Amino acid sequence: MPFNIYDFSGTTKAIDQFLYAKMPPTWAFVTELAIVGVIILLVYAVVGLYLVYAERKVCAFMQNRVGPNRVGKWGLIQTIADLIKLLMKELVVIRKADQLLFNIAPFILIIASFMAIAAIPFAKGLHAVDFNIGVFYMMAVSSIGVIGTLLAGWSSNSKYSLIGAMRSGAQVVSYELSVGLSLLAVVIFSGSMQLSVIIESQANGWWIFKGHIPAIIAFVMFLIASTAEINRGPFDLAEAESELTAGFHTEYSGIRFAFFFLGEYMNMFIVASLAATVFLGGWMPLHIGNLAGFNHVMDFIPPLVWYFGKTVFIIYVIMWFKWTFPRLRIDQLLTLEWKYLLPINLVNILVIAFIVLMGWYIK
Amino acid sequence: MQEVELSDILTAREDGDYIVNIGPQHPSTHGVMRFVVSLKGEMLEYVIPHCGYIHRGIEKMCERMTYPQIIHLTDRMDYLSAHMNNEAVSLLVEKATGVEVPERVKYIRTILSELQRIASHQLWWAAFGMDMGGLTCFFYGLRDREHILDIFEESFGSRLLHSYVCPGGLMGDIHPNFQKRTKEFIKYFRKKLPEYDQLLTGNVIFEQRTKGMGIMSKADAISFGATGPVGRGSNFACDIRKKFPYSAYDKVDFKEILYTEGDSWARYKVRVDEMWESMKIIEQLIDNIPEGDYSAKMKPVIKLPEGEYSQRVETAKGDLGVFVVSKGEKYPYRMHFRTPNFNNLFVISQLCAGNKIADLIAISGSLDLVIPDIDR
Repeated sequence: MPFNIYDFSGTTKAIDQFLYAKMPPTWAFVTELAIVGVIILLVYAVVGLYLVYAERKVCAFMQNRVGPNRVGKWGLIQTIADLIKLLMKELVVIRKADQLLFNIAPFILIIASFMAIAAIPFAKGLHAVDFNIGVFYMMAVSSIGVIGTLLAGWSSNSKYSLIGAMRSGAQVVSYELSVGLSLLAVVIFSGSMQLSVIIESQANGWWIFKGHIPAIIAFVMFLIASTAEINRGPFDLAEAESELTAGFHTEYSGIRFAFFFLGEYMNMFIVASLAATVFLGGWMPLHIGNLAGFNHVMDFIPPLVWYFGKTVFIIYVIMWFKWTFPRLRIDQLLTLEWKYLLPINLVNILVIAFIVLMGWYIK
Repeated sequence: MQEVELSDILTAREDGDYIVNIGPQHPSTHGVMRFVVSLKGEMLEYVIPHCGYIHRGIEKMCERMTYPQIIHLTDRMDYLSAHMNNEAVSLLVEKATGVEVPERVKYIRTILSELQRIASHQLWWAAFGMDMGGLTCFFYGLRDREHILDIFEESFGSRLLHSYVCPGGLMGDIHPNFQKRTKEFIKYFRKKLPEYDQLLTGNVIFEQRTKGMGIMSKADAISFGATGPVGRGSNFACDIRKKFPYSAYDKVDFKEILYTEGDSWARYKVRVDEMWESMKIIEQLIDNIPEGDYSAKMKPVIKLPEGEYSQRVETAKGDLGVFVVSKGEKYPYRMHFRTPNFNNLFVISQLCAGNKIADLIAISGSLDLVIPDIDR
């Protein structure tokens, strides 16, 4: 089987041909789906658990603490121990709660992030589904998650939960506009919504460098708006533990709570990788125009390293926000979106359209 | 702000008001405090504080205790100002029995009061930041408070409820390291206090959350009896240390911090500036502690002459008043504490009316409530 750390398409093609040669086409297709599903599930679990660990370490770093350091070397398997604890905990049944909605709410959240992860290009050829409307698809499935939040808040028959869910609804619906518009900036530049095409278009430089100031503005807007969209601090009003104890998941326990927790971290991973893919070139190494020597050296670093490096950097920035800023109030949050981010984004889109029409960006 | 009785709440609930109980078990009430809150969406219609969940009957217990024993109960009122609480009763007993305490005791008491004030304000700053959602503040505040508690621990063995000040003087002499370590702490904290400003004070979100929120006029502060930093944030000059100096406060030069805005921001600034002032007071005294006894000679059984006595001290939260009716016995006939937090708490209904639910937490954080002090 061919294996190349710089290009996985040979490996995946070989597996594909092997399966189709051994099985009838229907079975081969089903087996492929199962393999992809299992791999994504594994990536999901490992990334989710280690994001929780990373968050605890980063937060400890910001707060003059050590963080988890007892279970395993440097506390590396602390979160796995936590997961086992959560798995064994009792699932508290809330009286007068809407049992059906209460039970399916965490799954809606999880499924939304699971679907989004399928469309992320991890490296060349490591890309489960490559839609021609990739950016649009990511936006669409990640916004299904808010239904889970709303259902959780509404069905758990608690006033804190309801307030948290309503806040979350207002917040996500508002900030999705800004997320979409800032992604649209790069869609205009690259002329495609397909994630693989967007990455290929950054072969001679990432869009954040090629697109002049408007691209940088779009990148900053995306960071702010997506932090708000995934309900993280300083925009974590849906949880707001100092006001609403735990917001929409106040009444959840055990593994159902763990699902919300994991979902939050995976959403962070998804927006970080989307930002890395769209603005920072995804798995594409850092290339500068025609500097062949420099570009050649950069090509030696495997795409997976580039991809995870960029994603981890953006995740770190998002964590940095959370641990240094106080929380906004709901009216300030909506003011920020509707009075500042949205108009800036709209003007930015117009400027970018003009720049692209005149061809003033670095091609 | 309309007057609301408990019976009104019960009927209002039937009228379809959205009533939420913030507390008694809630992360942001800093203890077992309960706010009954009526909401219209995010807006607060009214806030009714309900206290008494941690009422221990300290005033009644005092009636069966001798004066040195009472000291230990006062620790448990405002545990963050334990030292000032001890001092209030001690000063009262000394005044009533006509005992003159040595100069050394006065100096040490003042230094300890100011260290305690800094420690209390550090914990307030930490918790205020956390109420606002900035969890990092909490660890910064506690990190620096630890240094003060270490100094306390070295001198009198306990960190929180020290009962170190007693009628006649102190329980024992200070540790030989006390002066050195206090000076080290001042030097350290002068570097660390600007960090507090970097993390919260200049932050846009923090300013938006506090400026213009929960405005209290000077007239309101006076009529509610809101003292301490809460009153001084509304330009109500109520510092007992200036108005009725006790211990060594008449010998030191310090400024009474006054802000005119009366909002959460002013209350925040008053406390941060007070930490600077407290450090100034300690620096003036720490090198000049006179030699002498650590306690005056007291009778084995302290009896207050028949009559009524009162004493006020400035705790970290405000004006603590102690009132004793004595029948000439070794127990007080009646003892009353006028605790600052009790008066500061009931301002909240007025400050929160018409604001949002997140502001309730922010405003109650800016009042720096210690619940055991309210309930006693």
